[in-house]
Amino acid sequence: MSLKNLLEENKGKIIAKWFDAIIETYPSDTANFLKSQENRFANPVGATISQGINNLFDIIMNGSDNEEAYAFLDNIVRIRAIQDFTPSQAVSFMFFLKRIIREELRKAIQEKHIYEELFAFEAKIDVLASSAFDIYMKCREKLYEIKASELRRMTFRLLQRANLLSEVKGQDSDFKEGNDG
Amino acid sequence: MAKLPKPEELSKIDLKPPKTDWMDTPVEFKEDMYCWGAKGKNLKVVEFPNARDWSPKEEDWKLPENWKEIVMEAFGDRLSKYRSFKLFMDICVRCGACADKCHFFIGGGDPKNMPVLRAELMRSVYRKHFTTGGKIFGKTAGARELTLNVLKEWWYYYYQCTECRRCSVFCPYGIDTAEITMMGREFLNLLGLNIDWIAGPVANCYMKGNHLGLEPHTIKNSIEFFLDDIENITGIKIEPTFNRKGAEILFVTPSGDLFADPGTYTAMGYLMLFHELGLDYTWSTYASEGGNFGFFTSNEMGKRLNSKIYAEAKRLGVKWILGGECGHMWRVLHQYMDTWNGPADFLEVPKSPITGTVFENAKATKMVHIAEFTADLIKHGKLKLDPRRNDHLKVTFHDSCNTSRGMGILEEPRYIIKNVCKNFYEMPENTIREYTFCCGSGTGLNASENMALRMRGGLPRANAVKYVHDNHGVNMLANICAIDRATLKSAMEYWVPDVQVCGIHELVANALVMKGEKERTLDLRLEPLPGKAEKEGNE
Ligand code: SF4
Ligand code: SF4
Repeated sequence: MSLKNLLEENKGKIIAKWFDAIIETYPSDTANFLKSQENRFANPVGATISQGINNLFDIIMNGSDNEEAYAFLDNIVRIRAIQDFTPSQAVSFMFFLKRIIREELRKAIQEKHIYEELFAFEAKIDVLASSAFDIYMKCREKLYEIKASELRRMTFRLLQRANLLSEVKGQDSDFKEGNDG
Repeated sequence: MAKLPKPEELSKIDLKPPKTDWMDTPVEFKEDMYCWGAKGKNLKVVEFPNARDWSPKEEDWKLPENWKEIVMEAFGDRLSKYRSFKLFMDICVRCGACADKCHFFIGGGDPKNMPVLRAELMRSVYRKHFTTGGKIFGKTAGARELTLNVLKEWWYYYYQCTECRRCSVFCPYGIDTAEITMMGREFLNLLGLNIDWIAGPVANCYMKGNHLGLEPHTIKNSIEFFLDDIENITGIKIEPTFNRKGAEILFVTPSGDLFADPGTYTAMGYLMLFHELGLDYTWSTYASEGGNFGFFTSNEMGKRLNSKIYAEAKRLGVKWILGGECGHMWRVLHQYMDTWNGPADFLEVPKSPITGTVFENAKATKMVHIAEFTADLIKHGKLKLDPRRNDHLKVTFHDSCNTSRGMGILEEPRYIIKNVCKNFYEMPENTIREYTFCCGSGTGLNASENMALRMRGGLPRANAVKYVHDNHGVNMLANICAIDRATLKSAMEYWVPDVQVCGIHELVANALVMKGEKERTLDLRLEPLPGKAEKEGNE
């Protein structure tokens, strides 16, 4: 039996543990809510994490393209990037999966000597974890960009009225860009 | 070289937050999560106490020595003055129904953003000082002393609440946490503890009549700029009047729409609609602000800033007042203006000069929301509309907290949108109408320094927008609130970048076929109309 079969067989259990591990990074009152509220609009964080890790798991297991994984990673990291986490806390959820798989499948992996496959699988997780960090950085940059463009939106029309923009024509288009975002 | 943790080690780090009781978890001022403190000069203008420059981040908040006495005295006073406040302090059974209904808790996960806990921050002090049980049993009865730390916690969390009242919809006892927030802010203001994003506009409003402190010529100038654009688009030259005595209607709108996109397009929409109707109305450069940040400060300040609207209506001798698309402005007008500064017996019950409809619902305040006014026009077939001009848009509608929960304007904007564009999609049921999610911009305003907080608060709203974007290709988020137009734009930029934001009168004016207009090729944003792109491109 290959690692893929093992993963497929144990998918439910692994994902449940992965989900719990991520949810436990939140304060306990919050964790209870994130776990128990099933409506995806009442609980966007829980729903995004749950849907995201399910898809990520399948993508890694099936050896699909990382491109596909990117959107799901983005959904999760985009949320954690504005919550109470340090950068490493925000993206470390990918590494949880490694630990859980080792814990859950240790025996079977030992018996079947499928370390090679395991290493390959873990390498994929590492790649995604570093993408997660890139996404995190982009999200934080976006936050600062939004701050700047908000200021620009507020001042653009006023400067325009005061005819100050005629002297800085070159920047006019920049301003406009900020406006239309 | 510093030793980096191996991935395995990293995965073993226990990320579980410490399990301490909320009372034992001191407030921590986190970056991007709070606004700057009110500047001394802005408090001085309105004669607020303890005006000085200060920073929430500093240890020393430069409080008066007897700060605690000041708060406790006001606390006692408000308890005896407002029955509802006393009731809200007493009757919460901590059932938890409101706990997971706040957008800040849902999107951010900080338990102190659960409405029940937000209220408990104050209730605990109430118990200690005003109930026998609390005095005797202290912490076991959920009571605690008002310390400097508690005061800071109040400031941090009462200026996070957007007073959206979503939580109150779910409370079986009708407890309105927004009212508790308002009271919290009222106490804090006695110590000069406001945020500058409120205090600045309040001071400007008090001196010049509007948030930015625009003077009459600048306001006129702003509007003239729109007129040039409108002439470009339609070939029609519009000549609105300012401060005109004897006009039938005074038009008051949030000043935000005069200077910040995309609100500016909504303001252009008003101008075009009124021109087409030949409405006998006037703008005012004195009552030049529909918004009222005094309302976010104290009852008294809200009243002071509101008074200019009736005063101006009286001075100009108009018959009634028409108000633009705004949220909190309407909460104030609808629920407070009459008691604060009424009765407006010098005005007449608003009657549409175009359709003859009498707005009985505005009998007391004499002020009509433009969504009601325009919906009535459409209903009576008074507007010639070509909705195809909005064919490039797939629109959804965000109910603003104040217009939906505060005054029940739910159908009119939807009716208008459906008549001016063909593609309209509702967001999921538990996120619209009275269940609507707030735009999430801290304290109801759009400061930039608390951007992480705003994005957290905006997540539940954006998540529902993303759903209609993914499923129906929605690319425009319409609303009837000036603050929404400013803040949702940023929330969309972060969460659903393909979605733009607009007011509904922008859509109306796009579709409005005006007498004597040239063939339109551009929309109000000066972008090509659907099907007209090539023509433009060839030029
Ligand atoms: S729903 Fe009402 S009674 Fe229940 S915890 Fe919230 S405020 Fe208290
Ligand atoms: S922000 Fe809205 S939902 Fe949250 S506590 Fe304040 S009023 Fe309630």
